[in-house]
Amino acid sequence: MTKPAKDTEKRERIVKRIARELRDGFYVNLGIGMPTLVANHVPPGIQVVLQSENGMLGIGPFPIEGEEDPDLINAGKETITEMPGTSYFSSADSFAMIRGGHIDLSVLGAMEVDEEGSIANWMIPGKMVKGMGGAMDLVASAKRVVVAMEHTTREGQPKILKKCTLPLTGSKVVDTIVTEMAYIRITPTGLVVEEIAPGLTFEDLQRATEATLIQSPSLKPMPS
Amino acid sequence: MFNHHGGTELRRTQSRQEQPDHLGTTRESHPLSRNCSLRVSVVSNVLESFPMNKVVASADEAIRDIPDGATIMIGGFGLCGIPENLIRALVRKGTKNLTTISNNVGVDGYGMGLLLAAGQISRHIGSYVGENRLLEQMVLEKKIDLELTPQGTFSERIRAGGAGIPAFFTPAGFGTMVAENKETREFGGHMYVMEHALKADFAFVKAWKGDKWGNLVYRKTARNFNPMMATAAKVTIAEVEHLVEVGEIDPDLVHTPSIYVKRIFQGELYERRIERRTVRKAS
Repeated sequence: MTKPAKDTEKRERIVKRIARELRDGFYVNLGIGMPTLVANHVPPGIQVVLQSENGMLGIGPFPIEGEEDPDLINAGKETITEMPGTSYFSSADSFAMIRGGHIDLSVLGAMEVDEEGSIANWMIPGKMVKGMGGAMDLVASAKRVVVAMEHTTREGQPKILKKCTLPLTGSKVVDTIVTEMAYIRITPTGLVVEEIAPGLTFEDLQRATEATLIQSPSLKPMPS
Repeated sequence: MFNHHGGTELRRTQSRQEQPDHLGTTRESHPLSRNCSLRVSVVSNVLESFPMNKVVASADEAIRDIPDGATIMIGGFGLCGIPENLIRALVRKGTKNLTTISNNVGVDGYGMGLLLAAGQISRHIGSYVGENRLLEQMVLEKKIDLELTPQGTFSERIRAGGAGIPAFFTPAGFGTMVAENKETREFGGHMYVMEHALKADFAFVKAWKGDKWGNLVYRKTARNFNPMMATAAKVTIAEVEHLVEVGEIDPDLVHTPSIYVKRIFQGELYERRIERRTVRKAS
């Protein structure tokens, strides 16, 4: 089932904006789902290396049909390929790499993020608990944690809250939130909106957000 | 080289010249002194004899002595790098009331999903179990006890178990449900949660190649949890796609040194199923 065009547009804007955060020489972990799309927009002229928590540095593109290797999968269990410079290591080494603060940028999705930068993205009470996987390690340890998510739920409810209501993945760990509406930095004084989607007013943005937003003095439009 | 025999025995490493240490003792003079450099090893009368000929004929042979109620670590991430033959053998054997330690629990109908369906698992410790509807049902019906732990913590608990580290502090899970009822401590201005080592009676490890001493080499992302699990069980059983003679593996390229492996065999059949076949169009 394909997502409606509007949703695809939203995701494109989010992942393209996050890709602008990449710098030459960055080692990056992209979470399952929308964050993996950031890899499609690496700015020309720079080299980034993607880390997969199941024990690989240097993730290549998906294989061509017929070339899938069952021993070569990403953290989402999808078949992938290598690239020149790839290396493999155990799960303990992978998480030592993560926990030791060697990953420059970690991008993940979320159900909720709050004013203090706490994030909930692994469990909905009442529904089956699937497990947290590597998310808790990633958010607790990466040099920079960026959340890629739509600004509101399908029902139009805010996802950026005063305080998370769902069980936390990490407490006060998020640095930046990027949605289709805004680019928001989490600071000690609160959520500062640095960029806003073209055509959107600050008031529109605040209406879609439960947490109190602070307008940056250098607020500018999100690049398209 | 020493042979095992029962009773208490002092083991001395070979050395040409016994020089007295800073207290004036030599290895020979103070066998039980805590300042002594002698290694005291107690070989109990309940022998665990692991001969150097580690090759067993088959998966069935390898698991012959696994009792009901055993704790077993099982390698693999999703379906990648799972010890398929050992799992199938365990299902055939019907050993029950098992505690399994594995990142995932296979999928419905394959891998550890088979053990689950056969009702052989009473307790499971892992980090992500989202692909099993049966497991969901069993948890709701209280037919299985499930412990979920962050994947990095899970990896490190196993590594610690094999490395003699009883407990450690990690930032993962601080401020979340994971930290409930656990000691937390501040180091350098950051908060950490104390986690304990994980060990098992048996470990089922899958490697690409192994020699008859049990030196193992893994392939690509099929490595994952196998190396740590190999170190953290009393009896590590390795199944390999290629079993070779001792000396055929370049020493610099050994991933798991032979010391950890007690039994090894070449797997009879490898399906190496793919969980999510994902492809791109040829341009």
